[in-house]
Amino acid sequence: MSRLADLQVGESLAPVQLNPVGRLDLIKYAGASGDFNPIHTIDEEAENAGLPGIIAHGMWTMGNLATLFTPYMEEGFIQDYSIRFKGMVFLGDVVTLRAKVAEKQPQQVKFSVGAVNQHGKNVLQGDLVFSL
Amino acid sequence: MLKSSIGKKSNKVKNTIERGAVRKFAEAINDPDPIYLDETAGANSRYKRNIAPPTFPVTFDAGTIPDMNLPAKGLIHGEQIYHYKRPLYVGEDVYCWMEVKDYYEKSGNFGDMGFLVVGKYGEDEDGTLLFTEERIVIINEAARKEMVG
Repeated sequence: MSRLADLQVGESLAPVQLNPVGRLDLIKYAGASGDFNPIHTIDEEAENAGLPGIIAHGMWTMGNLATLFTPYMEEGFIQDYSIRFKGMVFLGDVVTLRAKVAEKQPQQVKFSVGAVNQHGKNVLQGDLVFSL
Repeated sequence: MLKSSIGKKSNKVKNTIERGAVRKFAEAINDPDPIYLDETAGANSRYKRNIAPPTFPVTFDAGTIPDMNLPAKGLIHGEQIYHYKRPLYVGEDVYCWMEVKDYYEKSGNFGDMGFLVVGKYGEDEDGTLLFTEERIVIINEAARKEMVG
């Protein structure tokens, strides 16, 4: 694993593919985050809200995406992390997390980050500034 | 009615970053890393203690904004933005409050959408800002009508 500081613009971190989203994942996240909106855990509530089924918390995917940077916490920390939620994540979806160096300065590295589903559709997209 | 909420703030609430809560959160986002969970690893790290994952502030109580009752349904989380001065430490107290930063409406494919921008702020006990969070919540037309009625 190279250091973040050694990455050049255009280089990426190794992408991470998550296991298919399971109901228990979302129940655990609901409990850990305190977000008990039932569209994330109860089928009927999701359907009543006009959804085809329960959907993952956007913050679950955003939280997972940040884990790409956890191995580098000895080098610095996440200073800015902004995400647009672009698409829904359903049960069984296989989400892949990505980060690519967009800009580099002496004290910080800016990444374009995103998560795509198994169809290659962006489910979230944003920027992350890692402070060195 | 949401426009009139712009500028309204909640009162500060003290949150203690509990070790067990950090463990549950880190496990829920598939990130059970020693930097968050293991006391020895934390003590030996550059932070000299365990830190909390960057999206952990979603768990913080930041009080309630007066006279703002959002509908339970019809809300879409549009954007989430964090800014940090430093990572948050396991065991520390963070004082949080919220503010309605903006509200505007736009027409789109799904009718008129309302965009509510809420800022959340976390300070240490001396009042020094540790992090900010901005959340943009999109409220559809049906949900807004429910609020009027």
